[in-house]
Amino acid sequence: MNVVAATGRLTLDAIGEIGRIANFAARGGTAWFVGPFYWRAFGGALARIGYASLPVVGLTAIFTGAALALNIYEGALFNVEAFLPQILGVSIVRELGPVLAALMVAGRCSSAMAAEIGTMRVTEQIDALSTLSVDPFKYLIAPRIIATTLALPLLVLTADIIGVYGGYLVSVYALGFEPTHYITNLVDFLSVDDVTSGLLKAAVFGFLISVMGCYYGYKSRGGAGGVGSATRTAVVAAAVAVLASNYLMTSLLVEV
Amino acid sequence: MASKPKKILIRDLDKAFGDNQVLRGVNLDVAKGQSLVVIGGSGTGKSVLIKCLLGLLKADKGVIEIDGVNIARQTGGDRRLMAQQSGMLFQGAALFDSLNVWENVAFRLIYAERKSRKHAREKAIDCLAQVGLAPEVGDLAPAELSGGMQKRVGLARAIASDPEILFFDEPTTGLDPIMADIINNLLVERVKALGATTISITHDMASARKIADEIAMLYQGQIIWRGKPGEVENSGNPMVDQFVHGRAEGPIQMQVRRDFTSRR
Repeated sequence: MNVVAATGRLTLDAIGEIGRIANFAARGGTAWFVGPFYWRAFGGALARIGYASLPVVGLTAIFTGAALALNIYEGALFNVEAFLPQILGVSIVRELGPVLAALMVAGRCSSAMAAEIGTMRVTEQIDALSTLSVDPFKYLIAPRIIATTLALPLLVLTADIIGVYGGYLVSVYALGFEPTHYITNLVDFLSVDDVTSGLLKAAVFGFLISVMGCYYGYKSRGGAGGVGSATRTAVVAAAVAVLASNYLMTSLLVEV
Repeated sequence: MASKPKKILIRDLDKAFGDNQVLRGVNLDVAKGQSLVVIGGSGTGKSVLIKCLLGLLKADKGVIEIDGVNIARQTGGDRRLMAQQSGMLFQGAALFDSLNVWENVAFRLIYAERKSRKHAREKAIDCLAQVGLAPEVGDLAPAELSGGMQKRVGLARAIASDPEILFFDEPTTGLDPIMADIINNLLVERVKALGATTISITHDMASARKIADEIAMLYQGQIIWRGKPGEVENSGNPMVDQFVHGRAEGPIQMQVRRDFTSRR
């Protein structure tokens, strides 16, 4: 087998796939620029993606905050009572909150989107939408993309608060810190930019997660096996997209 | 006697998927108010033909005229205008399982025609009654219905906006003979009531004889015979004859048989 030819083919396939995803994202993301708007579909997506993800995101955040507090405490050499809330706050708000919440939503929602849309594809429900004069991109794709892009920053904001609270619980009740010191050190150190950069990342993650879920579901073929494969690929692609875009955005946001 | 005006006219329609040429110059026309049934074995291109007519697939070449307007190259909004005057009953009914039955039936009214939910629900209940379903069925989920009931709901959805053209994809597949006959009767009755032009695809000959004004047979991507239901038994075409009588031996060689033979 010619290795160069195979590598070239794989590269071309990958570039082609990225192009198709970008085209799909542009079509899905702009489908609501012109009406009609399906608010009921949007509300349902917002409730499923945002509200229903709160418990899993909250649990992830509180345990991460708590574990992070213990790790920082063990690693600190001096003045731990001042540094712990600062390091914990920045870590949660800038990095761990957005990334962990996004990964949880990717696992929970991109798989659900791919499975739901994929099942609709293989059972001809998407064809039925077209025959009923309803654009599938307006009814199925745009509401999910917009809902996830809006919901993830709100989820991350919640995760930030809960994560910091998890650190507070460990610091105060297990490590014996003074509660007011914890809060003062945290609030004094954190800047608005720290919070907004995390929320900006979250919006991008939300967009990418929903695009992956919708894209792989929409193009799934071949019955239950095809839907299973689409679901698996959607979750992996969403997680990789979150982690890769996180690095790219961090390198742009952080002044080195 | 003057012939009826053509509602649908198809000329030299081609469609291929890669190297697989599925439709090879299909020519068909359907007069206004006529019911044409396209028969043919699995994999002969029946579903591709109907999807090209519905705009779900784009034909590679050829003409599809509806009321004299070529829609083969139309996309987006123009194509949706055509879709507004047609209804489709899918093989598996293709009901939206996230919505209940009445919302399925009223889907086009709510989401495309932007009618109020109250008005749409009344119309949906009326359509359900036309296909023999009680109003209470409207509040059930599609998953709670039997196959026959799902077909009825699919038919109710197809006729909800009083379309001029109806497409039926294997309307009796998966149903027992009695339920299949009930569905056939419903199709005939509803189509007559609407005065619609219909194209159905099926390999169920009992269904074809019952709902067709004319039958056409598709084989290897081409229409090889067309005639009245009464003529199909004695078509004089060996391929039609083999298909109608369901014989394994004859000029039509099924793909599965060729593959099996080649592997031995």
